[in-house]
Amino acid sequence: MEVRVTNVRKEFERFPALHDVSLDIRSGELIALLGPSGSGKTTLLRLIAGLERPTRGAIFFGDEDASQKSIQERNVGFVFQHYALFRHMTVADNIGFGLKVRHGATRPSAQEIRRRASELLDLVQLSGLEKRYPAQLSGGQRQRVALARAMAIEPRVLLLDEPFGALDAQVRRELRRWLREIHDQTGHTTVFVTHDQEEALELADRVVVMSQGRIEQVGTADEIYDTPNSPFVYSFIGESSSLPVKVDNGEVWLADRPIGLQAPPHAPSGEALLCFRPHDVELLDGCSGCIAGTVAASRRVASTRRVELEVGGERQRVEIELPVDHPAAQKSRVAFRPRRWKLFPAS
Amino acid sequence: MNTGPAKAGWRFRQPSVIPGFGLTLGFSLAYLTLIILIPLSGLVWRSAALGWTDFWAIAVDRRTLNALKISFGTAFIAAAVNVVFGTIVAWVLVRYRFPGRRIADAMVDLPFALPTAVAGIALTSLYAPNGWIGQLLMPLGIKVAYTPLGIVIALVFIGLPFVVRTVQPIMEEIDKEVEEAAATLGANRFQIITRVLFPGLAPAIITGFSLAFARGVGEYGSVIFIAGNLPFKSEIAPLLIVIRLEEYNYEAATAIAAIMLALSFVMLLVVNLAQTWSRKRYG
Repeated sequence: MEVRVTNVRKEFERFPALHDVSLDIRSGELIALLGPSGSGKTTLLRLIAGLERPTRGAIFFGDEDASQKSIQERNVGFVFQHYALFRHMTVADNIGFGLKVRHGATRPSAQEIRRRASELLDLVQLSGLEKRYPAQLSGGQRQRVALARAMAIEPRVLLLDEPFGALDAQVRRELRRWLREIHDQTGHTTVFVTHDQEEALELADRVVVMSQGRIEQVGTADEIYDTPNSPFVYSFIGESSSLPVKVDNGEVWLADRPIGLQAPPHAPSGEALLCFRPHDVELLDGCSGCIAGTVAASRRVASTRRVELEVGGERQRVEIELPVDHPAAQKSRVAFRPRRWKLFPAS
Repeated sequence: MNTGPAKAGWRFRQPSVIPGFGLTLGFSLAYLTLIILIPLSGLVWRSAALGWTDFWAIAVDRRTLNALKISFGTAFIAAAVNVVFGTIVAWVLVRYRFPGRRIADAMVDLPFALPTAVAGIALTSLYAPNGWIGQLLMPLGIKVAYTPLGIVIALVFIGLPFVVRTVQPIMEEIDKEVEEAAATLGANRFQIITRVLFPGLAPAIITGFSLAFARGVGEYGSVIFIAGNLPFKSEIAPLLIVIRLEEYNYEAATAIAAIMLALSFVMLLVVNLAQTWSRKRYG
């Protein structure tokens, strides 16, 4: 089922949580809403589910305006961060709940419901735990049950709110791979919310980066990482360094020296922000047209050395990454030039 | 349903590293003995002086049986009524914000604070055939004061806070997400309440019921004014005990008390077992 969010605005007691957000989700897609807390990603997910009503705008499931429908009628599967399982029901009863509350002819027989529950338990790899209660399961198992329960109603869209947020790192990684497999098997249109960029980039077909109630960028993991379209996306996805620079005469200047970078043809002259990845730099010996700075700090981080430099007269701090055994890390002065970079108008 | 290895026999739960287990256990036992066990065993001791045949004769005496039936029956009905309306009151106090909510909340505790005799007299004057409410019910052929119905009303008044105050905190802890999950799965409001929320509240409701019931069985002050105290009709067991005491018939008084004690104990034990069972299951 394809989902279209058109010009949705949501206010909570006059405070805007989402400004005019539009998003097209393709049928069968696995899409991630990624952003820091307060960026409106959970609000957007809850609006799609019908757990909140938009202040303005509409949400379409296919050609049908879903914003006019109640939560019950929308037929969405929702998975919560803290599972929200029914504690007094067995695993099988939890999974069958959505079928049991149906009315009249649409309700399958008790036998059929049991069969569906055990089928779904097989799918989430928890066969044989039908009779357990949620309190007797681990966090990872509970979340699998919650997913099975959401899928039991054959939802038109599957919505997951930080589904792995309450689990420890090892289980998260395992469930991430497993969710991808389930998605590929069942083909549900799936939207999940996360603040973990690694999770979003690894799992999703497309990532929606959000900040302060707005969508910053929508794209595949490659697009988001390689061609960020704002300083926010640059800094939020992966490591990034930035320096305030000036564009003049098609050249990029740091303080009063050109740093050997040609500004793109249409870049306006004036103040700008230079963004680059700390590991994507080229070290230079001499310096006429480069960024040079004194080493302020140097830390070993996993397989690289992260060096903090003080640059220019205003002693701007900027971070770059060097191979661990690179001799430059011993020096007091390092010169470099970013290999890939992007200019943004100064804010 | 325990997932751990089966344990053989009884064992103390492993005391925590924080010291004081011995001290607190000793204090608790001494305290319970002093406050509850000694007076109650005195009661049993005193009634034992009666001898088995006399004791049995008092126990199956028609007046005793009727008094017990009225006490336990009215207490049961009143507790059941309180379960329904107390839960609704708790729901309104927890779920809605309205002007005067805090006052309503404080009002729930009044039956705790009021001397029970005052409550009894107030209720009697309201429900007496010439009282404000009584005169409205009279033409309908409903007689409240001086009947078992009057006892039930007094006990409902006395027992309400027990149900509200046990259910309220559990209701406050209900996770909103559980309701939302049920709604996304297609459950309507009624199904959410009956299938999701109510079962979660059941242990608290059972506790509230048992507290209100126990209080109702032992209630004296408020009931004697409204009950009319007609033997075989509206005479409660605690009153019968007082009557026997006034006749200096201490053995008979303690015998009735001992029977009440045994019945109450059995009922509370059953309720507690039901609680343990549900807690084990639902965690």
